[in-house]
Parts: sequence; structure tokens; C-alpha cells
Amino acid sequence: MRYESPTTAKAAVDLLSKEKGKAYVLAGGTDLLVRLRMDMIEPDLMVDIKNIPAMNEIKKTPSGGFKIGAAVSGAKLGANKALKKAWPGVVEATNLIGSDQIQGRCTMVGNLCNASPAADSVPAMIAAGAKANIVGKKRRTVPVEDIVTGPGKTSLAKGELIEAITLPKKAPKSGDAYLRFIPRTEMDIAVVGAAVSLTLKKGVVEKARVALGAVAATPLLVKEAADAIIGTKLDDEALEALGAACSAACKPIDDKRGTVEYRVKVAGVLAQRAAKIAYERAGGK
Amino acid sequence: MQHDQKYTGQDFKVVGTRPNRPDGIDKVTGRARYGADMSAPGQLVGLMLRSPHAHAKIVKIDTSRAEKLAGVKAVLTSADLPDLTNGNAGDYATLENCMARDRALYDGHAVAAVAAIDKSTAKKALKLIKVTYEKLPHVTDVDEALKKGAPQIQPACDGNLGGRYEFGHGDIEAGLKEADVVIEKSFKTGQTHQGYIEPHACLATVGPDGSGELWVTTQGHFTYRNVCATLLGMDIAKLKVTSSEIGGGFGGKTHVWIEPVALALARKANRPVKMVMSREEVFKGSGPTCASSMDVKIGAKKDGTITSAFIECRYSDGAFPGIWGMLGGMTAWACYDLKNCKSVGVDVLVNRPKVAAYRAPSAPMMAFGVESTMDMLAKELDMDPVQLRLKNVAREGTQSSYGPVYGPIGIEPTLEAVRDHPHMKAPLGKNQGRGMACGFWFNIGGQTCSDLNIGVDGTVNLTVGTIDVGGARASLSLIAAEELGISYDDVKTTIGDTNSLGHNDTTEGSRGTFSSGMATIFAAREAIEVMKGRAAQMWGIPVEAVSWENGHAVATGAEHGNLPPLSLKEIAAESPKTGGPIAGHHEVTADGSGVSFASHIVDVEVDPETGRTQVLRYTVVQDAGKAIHPDYVEGQFQGGAAQGIGWALNEEYIYGEDGCLQNAGFLDYRIPVCSDLPFIDTKILEIPNPNHPYGIRGVGETSIVPPLAAIGNAVSNAVGVRLNQVPMSPPRILKALEDA
Repeated sequence: MRYESPTTAKAAVDLLSKEKGKAYVLAGGTDLLVRLRMDMIEPDLMVDIKNIPAMNEIKKTPSGGFKIGAAVSGAKLGANKALKKAWPGVVEATNLIGSDQIQGRCTMVGNLCNASPAADSVPAMIAAGAKANIVGKKRRTVPVEDIVTGPGKTSLAKGELIEAITLPKKAPKSGDAYLRFIPRTEMDIAVVGAAVSLTLKKGVVEKARVALGAVAATPLLVKEAADAIIGTKLDDEALEALGAACSAACKPIDDKRGTVEYRVKVAGVLAQRAAKIAYERAGGK
Repeated sequence: MQHDQKYTGQDFKVVGTRPNRPDGIDKVTGRARYGADMSAPGQLVGLMLRSPHAHAKIVKIDTSRAEKLAGVKAVLTSADLPDLTNGNAGDYATLENCMARDRALYDGHAVAAVAAIDKSTAKKALKLIKVTYEKLPHVTDVDEALKKGAPQIQPACDGNLGGRYEFGHGDIEAGLKEADVVIEKSFKTGQTHQGYIEPHACLATVGPDGSGELWVTTQGHFTYRNVCATLLGMDIAKLKVTSSEIGGGFGGKTHVWIEPVALALARKANRPVKMVMSREEVFKGSGPTCASSMDVKIGAKKDGTITSAFIECRYSDGAFPGIWGMLGGMTAWACYDLKNCKSVGVDVLVNRPKVAAYRAPSAPMMAFGVESTMDMLAKELDMDPVQLRLKNVAREGTQSSYGPVYGPIGIEPTLEAVRDHPHMKAPLGKNQGRGMACGFWFNIGGQTCSDLNIGVDGTVNLTVGTIDVGGARASLSLIAAEELGISYDDVKTTIGDTNSLGHNDTTEGSRGTFSSGMATIFAAREAIEVMKGRAAQMWGIPVEAVSWENGHAVATGAEHGNLPPLSLKEIAAESPKTGGPIAGHHEVTADGSGVSFASHIVDVEVDPETGRTQVLRYTVVQDAGKAIHPDYVEGQFQGGAAQGIGWALNEEYIYGEDGCLQNAGFLDYRIPVCSDLPFIDTKILEIPNPNHPYGIRGVGETSIVPPLAAIGNAVSNAVGVRLNQVPMSPPRILKALEDA
């Protein structure tokens, strides 16, 4: 196995596209190194992107959003006050991953590209309308919900990697939240995850995005769930419709972490709870 | 020398204090050497090939390609481990479990092993071993395994029945006729693993002369030595086993798994071989405890007097019959004074790993059934659950359900302490519930052999053969210091290897401090006799005129009373001139271990929308006998409760349709993390064991017995629905709520 540590995105792309064997991108390594140790992968090339300066930065975009480099750790994200103030749901979701030690290493982009249906940061990014900035032969920008195509699978082509995640400017009177269900208090994988981002106008939900994790082969953006609360003050009826829409959208499996029946029910419960937090954060009463 | 083992009620000077443990600094600084921390020149890496099938005939194992791989020094199959067990069924089961013979009996059963110059070569070699399997039907559920037509796992057994054991007295049918109320309920518990952090690991060497050495993480290096010597045809005296520091055992390190294979590889390769299990291997290839299924029936009068008590519990022993049903059957009704009671423990074979002991093995399951049903009875009678238990509680003189008549015991005092504890009166909020339950464990004594040597500077080496898994070195140092009348810091306690002491039974059954404590007391008293003789020599007076007081030889009588006392240090300093080294020794089969009881209280909050349970408050009350080092007694109470909480709420072996284990790792086998647990409050009761000079009882196991039922009762009280299956995972609780 070869280990390379390029200092520019272009060099990383060159290495990845020229490799004939199995190539992997290494950022925090909190998934990759575990899989390596468990003999789940046998890489020929590992490209470490932590020495690419631009990938270690959180920058304000000209339009007032945030550009978060692919190698930025969860801990660094959590320490950025402006980002946390604008997108608390996204930051909290990322900070749920693993332990304190893992937070020092893990990244949002790694969480996304690992392509687990249960990834915590992904539903939050999708709800927030985040976009992935991809470098490769060409640069392209795609919505985060278009990256994961199945468990462990992404839409990235050979030689492509995600350089950064862009979060839009936070709209006035908006809020986001992410909740996950785990049987323990921490150090666990989501059995269900739910993210809600919404914007209010005169106390009424004007725009909303609802995303679910761990209830299908990929994280889901659930338009019906958003529609259920748009135009409402998040009253009980709206919350019930939201829960029902989320439950209806679930296509989960029975596995060691939960049953189909359980996931379907709890997806609705968590979406309702996340919506209430987002609503409060947006200034709704 | 005969010694009087009776409790004397003496006042203690250092016993009962809380000094730092002698192994503490090494453990927190990383200097402590565990099973995987030893290396030898030229050592090879040993790896095991394990069955991917739940049950399969092994048609053929072709090792030729692996043997040809450069860097591979030995490849091993059952053909290299001939049956030397001489008709001993237990030893044969161990042999077959260490390396499958004609059939693989569970997912993870070892089928071959390699030793190679490094791990990557060994991994490659494993891939080159070609095993031809013929899959057989499998069964992993304890009740399914007993059904007619279930796949049979051991040809010698009657179906999958491994054994059936009955205990009790009186006439339960007659008792039911006297009852005003009868409660009947069935319960199930999932299979759990001890979850020790340190995986099994060892370093094995066998020389050309047939002598061997084994460095290993174990709860009983003498037992490992005897078993390995038997399986490999070695002389016991020629196999030296040294126990490493141990990163948790809880019963799982009372049994050999990789060790005979490591020795056999070392012998075949003529090189040292190190084997370290991965976590996946620990889950699949070591010895978890049983899953269980049980039926309970209790009849009682309106005043709460129990007239009839019955339980049958079926234990899944894995692929080999064990003693788990027997142990469980003995514990079932031990807390109560009953006119008519019966308990049946059934051992059942399934295609799962060979079960090993887990902290008070088999008792938590029975207690889950018994103590849950007791709570249901209390509700039915509209009686306080503590009062109901007190009404039927066992006392000194009670005929126990498993045979013996009790001496002084602590169940009633623990219940009274629970009744009077502020925890019982604290207010509860919405969705919160409180539960309590009782538990019992026998504790054991057994064979023990200790040495005590006094250096010329007066410091003391105490060498014991019971490994230290819970602070025993600190406790035994306190005992030696107490006897000799010296400071705790002047005693260094070491766990001797198998060549340095006579046989010591394994540290299991909460026997370590009880039995080695006894041997330490008598070894110290023997050394005191030697010192009195030396003092007599130094003074030139008859030894009869010397007594021992507060760490000093004192001359007595009108003729010598004016001589200043001689300290242990002064006597030790002169020892080279007065007859040489001063030592004491004692070997004993320590009889008279004291039974132990605990009562626990727990508060939980259950989220009715997700079924998630949070433990809010937990209190352990347990009879410890004399608490030698109260910190480590409390630690044992807390540890038992913590493991019980995990078992009650989330821990469980999950098998798929294919009979393979789906959660062989700490991510999906969910032991509690720190933030899942409240600070576990403890109350030590000290009811002396009359059969130990210091009144010691075992303390390590009892407190894993009540939590399953205590939490079950608390959850049931919080949600208003009886939970009868552990783990009470969120999906199970939510389903119970929906079904209600």
C-alpha cells in the first residue's frame, strides 16, 4: 500500500485518477482506518488530504454562507462560533459523531463519503441545503443529497474528491436542528436520524426542508414532510402530518439496530421534535 | 499446622482502611504488562481460522498451500491435537472447543491455526487453508433447541438436553391449594458477554526438551496449566504459567480458548508463538453466558405468606453441556424462607459458543424471573414490595431452597436498609418508575497456597497464587500488615507463577480475598512464630517467654519483662545471624465461605415515544462480611450493578437466520458507556462470616444478580406494562406499550 500526502487539490486528483488499483481518500481516518484494521478494505493507495491548506479552512463565502474544507475536524467545526450560530443543527449533528477523540479527527465530508445511511451529519446538511464542491477533471457543485447513492456508494467518479461543503447564508427568521435516536447516550450509530431546517414569515413556516437518516438505503430528503409544515405555525395538526409523512417515507430494514416497525414510528417522533427545536431557533413561538 | 478459622471479632488497625492500590500507578501510566504486552526473541504470530457456519461437517482441511507460503512456520488442525483426555468428558469438550474435530459447532468455532513470522503472512496463510464444509441444520434458540426434530448438536446427548437439575422442598401442589393468589409468568433473557476490555492473549514457548512456558491473561494460571498440560500430554511441573495483569475477566478467563493452540503451535514450530484475539474473536470464540427462558409460578396468602414457589429455567449452554442449569437452580429461591419450593435448571445445547462463567453465573436469569414475579405478586396483593419480601425472608436457621441451613446471613438487613433508605422515599417525576430486587450468590473457598517472606530490612513479600482481578493485592497486603503489626507500605504482594507455589484454584466464585486472605493470615502467624524464636535467641531467653504484640516481640514474665521489645525490623536485620531467612507458608482448602445477599433500588425514566430508558438513580445494599478494603468492595458492588444495567437494557447476542452472530463488536453489542450510568450509590453491610478469622465473605458477584429484575420492575412501574424479556431495548419497550 502506498501512502501519499499531497499539498494541493490538483495533486490529489492526479494521484487518485492515475492509480490503477484501489485508491482511498484519507482525511480523519475514523472510518477508513477502522475498515483497514478490520480487513474490510485492502487499499493500494491512500491519499491523505490533511496537508492541503485550503481543505483545512472554514471560510465565509462572498454571498454570506460558509465554505467548510474537507479536512476540517468536528472539533474545529464546533469551535467556530459564527458557523454554530448560523447552522446549529449541522454543527450539532457533526459533533454527535463518535467520542471526543474521534471529534478531533472526523470530518463532515468523510461522514458523507463513507456513505452510511446512518451518517449523522448528512441529513443535517441536506436539510440545510448544503452543496458539495467536487474537484476532478472538472470542478462541479452538487447538492449533498445527490452524493450518496447506496450504502457505501457515492456518485463521485474515479479521480474525484469533495474539496469542501458550502452552506448557504442563513436566512433571517430561520433555524435548523438534527436529532438522532441511539439506545445509549453517546458512542453509537443512529437507529433513526431526523433533520429539519425552516424559515418563518410572520410566525408561519414559509420554507422547510426535512431529511431522514438510517431509514432507507440513503439519507432521504422528504418533500412531503416539508409540505406538511409549510404554511403552518407548527400546531399539533401540522406536527402530526409531519410525523405521518416522515413515517410514510421510510423504507428501512430490520437489523441488529432496530426493527422496521420501530424505525418507521420513531422517524416521525424525531422529526416532530427536531421541527419544534428548529421552529424555536427561528424565533417561532 | 491446624489453625482455627473461626471469626474472632478482633478490632482492626489497618484492615478497613482505604490505601491506594499497589498496582494503580503502573496501570494508569501504562507500565502494567497485560496478556499482549510480552514478547520473546524470534516469536511468531499465531492466528486462528474460524468456522463461518453455525453448524457444519468438516469434510476436509487442505493446509498444503498455507504450509508452502514463505514465512509460515506451523499450520495446525485437530489432527495435531490427539485426544489425550482419557475419557474425561469435560476435558474432551475443552479440546473440541479449542479446535473443531469432525464438525464445526458454531459460528466462530476454531478449525485451524497458523504461526508465521508476522501478522500479514499469518493472515495470508489463513486464506490459503481450504476447508471443505458440509452445512448442517442449526439451532440457536434455547426453546427451539428442545423441540422434537431440532438439529442435534452433541450425539451423546438426549436431543439437545444437556442436563436437568431440581432443587427445593415441600409440596408445591399442596402449597398452591393453600394460596389465595397465584401469579404465573414466563420470562426470557438474551445472551450476554462479560465484555472485559482486554482480549484473550498469550505468549507460548515449548522447548525441544518438552518444557513449556505460557504468559497469559487469565483468572487462574494453575488451572490453565493443568488443562493445557492434559490436552498436550505435558508434565504439569514442566509447564510454567505466568499470569499477566488482567484487563477484566468476570468469569470469561476461567477457561482456556487459544492457549492450548498457542502451545501446540509453539511446539510444532519450535519457536515462541504469540496469539491475541481480535474483539470479533472474543465475541465469537470465547465464552459468553447463557440466554435463558423460564416459567415462574408463585402462590401466596392474602397476608403475603408464600405457600408455593416454582421456577423452571432453561439455559443455552452453547455447543457443550455445562453446569449452568444446576447453578441457577440452586440460587432461585435462596433469598426466601419457603414451606414449598421447587426450582428446575435445564441445560440446553445450541449452536452458539461454549458458555463460560459470568459473574454469579446463572443467578441473574433466575432472579429476573423470581423477583419480577414477586413484584407482580406485591401489586396483586396491594402490598409494598419490600414488605412482601421481608414477610418471606430467609434468616439464620432457615432451611435454604438448595439444601443447607443458613448460618448468620444478610438478606433481611439488606431489605431493612432498602426500606429505610432515603432513595425509597425520593419523589418521582413523569414517565419515571422505581424498582427493587434481591439477589444471592454462594461464594466459594477452595485450594490456596501462599508464601510470606521477610527481607532483612523488615519489608515483606507476600506471594499468592490467586490472581488479582479486583484489588486483591491491596486487600491481602492490608491483611498481612494487620497480622504482622506493620505498615501497609511495607508489604509487597505478588502473584506467583505456577512454579513458585503449590496449586491455587482459579480466582472465581468470589474466592480470592476469602481464601488467600485466610492463607495469608496463617502464613503471617507462622512467620511470627519464627520471629518469636529469633527474638528469644537474641535475648537468650526461652521462646515460651516471648509474645508478639503490635509488630514487636515482647519478653514476658518477671524475669525478662524489663527487656525493651524487639521490632520486626530489628529481628529481620539480625536474621542472617539468627538462623537465616524468616518465612511463613500456608496451604489450605478454605472451607466455610459465607453466602452473600444484596438488595438494589433503581429509578428509571422511559421515553414513551421512543421506548428509551435512562437510569436516573441506583443504590446497592450488600452484605460484604468484613470489608477489608472498602473502596474495592464498593467498586465490586458498582461494577456488578453496571454490568447488570447493560444486560437489562441493551446487551444481547443477536443471531441471524443463518445462525451467525451479527453484532460481534462493541458498536452493536451495546455495553453501557460512562454517560449511560448514574453514580451508583453503595451501602456496605458487614455481617461477619463465622468461618473466617476476619469474617470475610466474597463480594465480587452478588451485585450482578438483582439489576435485571430491579430495572424490569422500575421500567414496568414507569410505563404501566410488565416487561418480561431482557434486554428491554427501546424497540421491545415500544412494542410492549403498543401491544398493551
